[in-house]
Amino acid sequence: MTERTLQWERSSSDDGTTLAFRGAMRLDHGAALWRTLDAELVDGARVTADLGSVTVADGGCVAMLVALEGDAANRGATLTVAGANDGIARLLALHRDRTSPPTARPRKPGFFHLVGEAAVVATRTARQAFDFIGRAAVAAGSAVRSPRAIQWSAIPSLVERAGANSIPIVVMINFLIGAILAIQSSSPLERFGANIFVVDLVGISVARELGPLMTAIIVTGRSGAAYAAELGTMRVSEEIDALRTLGFDPMHFLVFPRVLALLIVLPLLTVIADFVGLLGGLAVAVVQLDITVAAFLARLEVAVLFGDVASGVIKSAAYAVTIALIACERGLTTRGGAAGVGASTTSAVVLTLFSLIALDAVFTALFRVVNL
Amino acid sequence: MTAARDVAIRARDLTIGWGNFVLLDRIAFDIARGDICAILGGSGCGKSTLMRHLIGLEHPKGGTIEIQGAPPGTVREGRPPFGVMFQSGALFGSMSLLENIDLALARWTDLERPARRAVALSRLELVALGGFEHHQPAEISGGMKKRAAIARALALDPSLLFLDEPSAGLDPISAVELDELLITLNETLGVTIVIVTHELASIFKVAHDCIMLDKKSRGIIARGNPRTLRDESDDRFVHAFFNREAMGE
Ligand SMILES: Nc1ncnc2c1ncn2[C@@H]1O[C@H](COP(=O)(O)OP(=O)(O)OP(=O)(O)O)[C@@H](O)[C@H]1O
Ligand SMILES: [Mg+2]
Repeated sequence: MTERTLQWERSSSDDGTTLAFRGAMRLDHGAALWRTLDAELVDGARVTADLGSVTVADGGCVAMLVALEGDAANRGATLTVAGANDGIARLLALHRDRTSPPTARPRKPGFFHLVGEAAVVATRTARQAFDFIGRAAVAAGSAVRSPRAIQWSAIPSLVERAGANSIPIVVMINFLIGAILAIQSSSPLERFGANIFVVDLVGISVARELGPLMTAIIVTGRSGAAYAAELGTMRVSEEIDALRTLGFDPMHFLVFPRVLALLIVLPLLTVIADFVGLLGGLAVAVVQLDITVAAFLARLEVAVLFGDVASGVIKSAAYAVTIALIACERGLTTRGGAAGVGASTTSAVVLTLFSLIALDAVFTALFRVVNL
Repeated sequence: MTAARDVAIRARDLTIGWGNFVLLDRIAFDIARGDICAILGGSGCGKSTLMRHLIGLEHPKGGTIEIQGAPPGTVREGRPPFGVMFQSGALFGSMSLLENIDLALARWTDLERPARRAVALSRLELVALGGFEHHQPAEISGGMKKRAAIARALALDPSLLFLDEPSAGLDPISAVELDELLITLNETLGVTIVIVTHELASIFKVAHDCIMLDKKSRGIIARGNPRTLRDESDDRFVHAFFNREAMGE
């Protein structure tokens, strides 16, 4: 008995085409079954699928027969399923019962639609973000009055995760940045015999710009992404809702500790970054530019002023608040399961990086005006 | 109509939906204080959504909701007026079961740590989770999570309890024990309980009152005592629902 195979014979008469199937109609034969019938069902065709010698049929094959039966009319053809045994007839009846007209697939939006939608989403995101910043400020004020609403106990571990654990990467990257700056500038400086000014170049760019910015970027990738994913997961698993029903404001309970943690950590990391950035510059200066350590340090005293370091640290505090608030806002507004968490995390990182650079520009202009 | 002070939850003209889509259209009901009221209906008819509106997590398109005379979300007598168990449990994943329960106690009571611990442990005992206080939610089974979530909802001795499908995923014995727990809470402490459930046995056993929602008519199709409805309703859907029958077209 050929229980595992399906065969068919095709015969034509005045009444149309008959496909006489024989054997077992398994899902393994589904592809062949569909192709065969699909090819037969051209305009005007009258096709009979004779299941008289079919012993068993899978639900999937029956579903295909029923679907083609329904679709035949649209093509101006007819498909008749005949000769089914009791078991198969019951399956056919079950599937025929449940055919509902297919719902129209939502139309793919066109280019202009997408552009318009993107604009709407962008303005809404910006408005939400500003709204969130406003509410965070209000919450910070009221936090002083109800300290029990804040999860103080979370702060040490948040500081550890955002701060202590990121020291190695901050050290490595900023050392390399200092060294690279020194190497890149060494040959033009040598040409003018201005070797010693490598100290000014590395010192000022690291203290004012690269130290704070590189550190903020590292913290965005580490902690910003983590906060967005963490709060996003809490959001989709209804934990945020549960928190609300227990009388906690997520703003106090989750956002405030994270802002505070980064506010503690980022300026400290920035000072470390400044220091190792200079070390990187020093290493290159000594090895490649024949500058002694004593000469480097002497020049450093003149070249890099307290204001340079202070301006970087001030910026880093603003970066800290930006990173934490954007990450938390994206996390708390997450929608739609695991994919939603991924989307919030991505959008938190992208939005934060953009905001950091924009903020940097604002600060640069501001420091110009106040001469810092 | 019951007098205002005997009403735990009052909804008037309540319309729920998103954008142009209306899920429930201008429904109205009162839930009496001290009752156990079941919210029933087919899957996707809006039971969980109605509950989220009643507890103030979402805002209706139209109409009003009052919980004990005030809008949902009002904190009274220094603490939230109700406890909630979500369909998914929603335990805080980064905290042990004990910490999950302790959180609200620490926030809203003046109890010292040992006293809070005693209260939290007894809540866990109540749902047969004694000995699991130091487990993280990821380390316990689905049914245990549901029970832990009930323990957390009970933390502050709320006078009103919302439960979304508490017995789904429980074995029959635990489910019966849960029913008994609800009846005890209701009878001894007078807790008003709003419960979303599909378990007919449980409905007939615990519920004094029910609200049956319907997706097609976007409203309430039956109201009253479930046993009475089972025996007397002549609505086909209501009859089929309570008698576990399929609805042929
Ligand atoms: N945010 C939303 N936006 C649009 N539609 C939604 C949203 N949330 C829920 N819905 C829709 O509302 C309907 C009701 O959902 P709900 O979760 O309240 O159902 P339910 O009655 O609790 O069902 P179940 O018994 O399966 O839990 C569903 O059809 C769902 O698609
Ligand atoms: Mg539900």
